[in-house]
Amino acid sequence: MRLTQGTFSFLPDLTDEQVRAQIAYCLAQGWAVNVEYTDDPHPRNTYWEMWGLPMFELRDAAGAMHEIAECRKVFGNCYIRISAFDARHGWESLRLSFLVHRPPEEPGFFLDRSEAEGRVVRYTLRPYAAASRPMGERY
Amino acid sequence: MKAPAAVDLARSFEESGLGEVLAQLDRDLVGLRPVKARIREIAALLLVDRLRGGLGLTSRAPTLHMSFTGNPGTGKTTVALRMAEILHRLGYIRSGHLVSVTRDDLVGQYIGHTAPKTKEILKRAMGGVLFIDEAYYLHRPENERDYGQESIEILLQVMENRREDLVVILAGYADRMERFFASNPGFRSRIAHHIEFPDYAAEELMAIAQAMLAEQGYRFSAAGRDAFARYLGARMRQPNFANARSVRNALDRARLRHAVRLFETRGRALTAEDLSTLEPPEILASRVLAAEAG
Repeated sequence: MRLTQGTFSFLPDLTDEQVRAQIAYCLAQGWAVNVEYTDDPHPRNTYWEMWGLPMFELRDAAGAMHEIAECRKVFGNCYIRISAFDARHGWESLRLSFLVHRPPEEPGFFLDRSEAEGRVVRYTLRPYAAASRPMGERY
Repeated sequence: MKAPAAVDLARSFEESGLGEVLAQLDRDLVGLRPVKARIREIAALLLVDRLRGGLGLTSRAPTLHMSFTGNPGTGKTTVALRMAEILHRLGYIRSGHLVSVTRDDLVGQYIGHTAPKTKEILKRAMGGVLFIDEAYYLHRPENERDYGQESIEILLQVMENRREDLVVILAGYADRMERFFASNPGFRSRIAHHIEFPDYAAEELMAIAQAMLAEQGYRFSAAGRDAFARYLGARMRQPNFANARSVRNALDRARLRHAVRLFETRGRALTAEDLSTLEPPEILASRVLAAEAG
């Protein structure tokens, strides 16, 4: 099952050229781009691992593309996303976040239904890949 | 076949807005003839390359890393700034910003600190120009464990592999740069343009002084101008003469004395003329001329 998280996630995966153009847009808006990765793509897992520091002083997308390439080399089996942080007063939060890399196989999520009192059903989502294996061995 | 190509060149020269940039360079920078000639050559090459690309001929991005050598105050940093703008106009670099660094910004203080620091700077400079002032400090031959070497290796690698992403300009005094290149042959071969900045002649320095004053809303009186010419003659013979930088310092001191002189004669009303004209007294009071006389 293809993971859909963040902006553009219902479109076909962005090519490197398209990623570069998106980053260039972020930089033109004055946002700081940041590379993050995870192998636990649960929708409630908001905080992914950071690949290096946010690139606050970047002027051109080439630097971020370089970091993405480096991150792919090390964490090719993880999800990698770009997030763009707006540091301006009043915003001080993420403005854009999109996936730039996904592992070769995506088994998807298991929907666990547990029946509670009466006819109540509680639902839990578990990524198959993350079910029993520790971090780093999931995909 | 030849005629239309010639038409194209003229038109794309016009479209690039390059003529204006080069004319401005001529106007703003006094002297520096060899430097301007080389900038023209580079501009022509890039323009022709672009036309070749348009016609489907192979056009590989040329190496544009440069080294600026020259005595202090000969305009190396000023030209580097202009270079970023020119290369941007020609579409060779994407954003036209200049990141100006020295050894401190590139080299770390402990093991493992240098590589991330250098990479961080390189990332910031991508799409623009990286200007390394006094680049010879990167190499410390007397200390073989110096971290500068690590920084040099990263720089060399990026200069080679990511030519389309950034242009590196090294700057420094001629003799020390020569020694730096001798001990780092990799640098010399990766730098296509070695540009030497000549010292200024006395009349060029005078023109620079007048331009600097005009920028600040001052000017010389006729006598003041002669006095400054005398001052320049004396200053140029002294050691540690730093060309345009010395001129700027001399003018700053002259403005100081000018203010003091006005203050001491505050009995009378001052006109705008008085407030903006430098007279001989403030220039002749200089220690340089006193030393010359004594």
